[in-house]
Amino acid sequence: MVDHEEVEHVASLARVDLDDEEVERFAAQFDDILAYFEALDEVPEVEPEAELDNVFRPDEVREGLTQEEALANAPETEDGYFKGPKVS
Amino acid sequence: MSADDDLNAFLTREEIPPTGEGPLSGKSVAVKDNISTEGVPTTCGSAMLDGYVPPYDATVVTRLKEAGATVAGKTNMDEFGMGTTTETSAFGPTENPAAPGRVPGGSSGGSAAAVAAGEADLALGSDTGGSVRCPAAFCGVVGIKPTYGLVSRYGLVAYANSLEQIGPIGPTVEATAELLEVIAGPDPHDATTREPETTAYADAADGDVEGLTVGVPTELVEGADEGVVERFEAALDDLRAQGAETVEVSLPSVETAVQAYYVIAMSEASSNLARFDGVRYGVSGGYEGNWNESFAAAREAGFGEEVKRRVLLGTYALSAGYHDKYYKKAQDARAWVRRDFAEAFEEADVLASPTMPVPPFEMGESLDDPLQMYLADANTVPVNLANLPAISVPAGETEEGPVGLQLVGEAFDERTLVRAASAVE
Repeated sequence: MVDHEEVEHVASLARVDLDDEEVERFAAQFDDILAYFEALDEVPEVEPEAELDNVFRPDEVREGLTQEEALANAPETEDGYFKGPKVS
Repeated sequence: MSADDDLNAFLTREEIPPTGEGPLSGKSVAVKDNISTEGVPTTCGSAMLDGYVPPYDATVVTRLKEAGATVAGKTNMDEFGMGTTTETSAFGPTENPAAPGRVPGGSSGGSAAAVAAGEADLALGSDTGGSVRCPAAFCGVVGIKPTYGLVSRYGLVAYANSLEQIGPIGPTVEATAELLEVIAGPDPHDATTREPETTAYADAADGDVEGLTVGVPTELVEGADEGVVERFEAALDDLRAQGAETVEVSLPSVETAVQAYYVIAMSEASSNLARFDGVRYGVSGGYEGNWNESFAAAREAGFGEEVKRRVLLGTYALSAGYHDKYYKKAQDARAWVRRDFAEAFEEADVLASPTMPVPPFEMGESLDDPLQMYLADANTVPVNLANLPAISVPAGETEEGPVGLQLVGEAFDERTLVRAASAVE
């Protein structure tokens, strides 16, 4: 049973504020959805085929975005830096 | 306002001229709004990215322009690709030109609607769990989900990396295959791309299915609506009349494929969407409080409900105590799906099913019940879990709208899919 506190806890882990109505709705929906996911308990253990290889390329310097381009979509910048809220 | 605009298929109408000449010269191609276009807004259907203008082109866009295409604009979509109806866009839903009053399918609904309405010759969508095939089926056009690794994802705004591929949508199998030819092939910017034996697909649209074995997974037909099954059976009859053989195959793993798909997609989404913090881009959360508080405020304002739902469920599935129960089990289910498909391809060259088990939903019908919407993806998601290619080709109509036939092929065997699908047209 997913309660309001649990939804609020997960929302805080995910860094998403929710309003009270959303918390209520999600608590009810998560019950149904997570109950549906329980079917995964019936899945047999299957040995996955190892088919992944690491792919390396030479570490060469190449052109990237200009500082101006990199900052173009930031809501706030200052002196060529992204400007954000304080960290703690 | 013109009748065209009533569809709300485009979020940005802007002609981006070609940079070269080639197979797409004179053609217009609409591009889903989660595929980056230099200097042209790319919002992913989200208020979070309203006003975001990418400083570079996605590889597929570069290839379109070099092949002579004019990009016709950016198409509407479910927010960040999360949906089966194109109703969760922050910029309003798209209408289905082939079934008025009904959804165009999702999440690439704007792209399929643009092609179906003749507003673009061709279009690009992205397919994480069926998002190219579903709208193609609902709008009565052709859509291809390529083999994972065939098409570069560089410049595609990530939702669930291990599942998604950019795919072409077109009015005919041949035209859609031609667009695939242009965008396919390795890209140094995307290390998951591979070098296929060939990227010639259009010339395979010759309708020759003599001697082809079509496997029909019973599990993917049983639950479908009666009208859909009728159209599907008629399409199979048509293939048999042209010399194909059909055999029943079984894919027992598909019973947990939807659950596995959503656990994996939500988990990857919770990680991928962490980049939207309102500092580098996205709506700002302001400067009250610390970073976490500002970040959470930005995401409350910028994300719609379906996105929040998936980010939260993904965070939950990955959190301590639940990882083994959900995420690890979903990976087991994924391996099981892959094995099932491999066994089915020992008996058949391609597998056929209805693309969607239902005709297009009425607008608004599915919004209140997310679980019901997730279930509609039962036939498309196994393909993404197994990294295989699939095509949706029109197979007639019910009173409620178009029906799509899905063909699934072995990895990098898009030619066989194109050949078989061209016989269905």
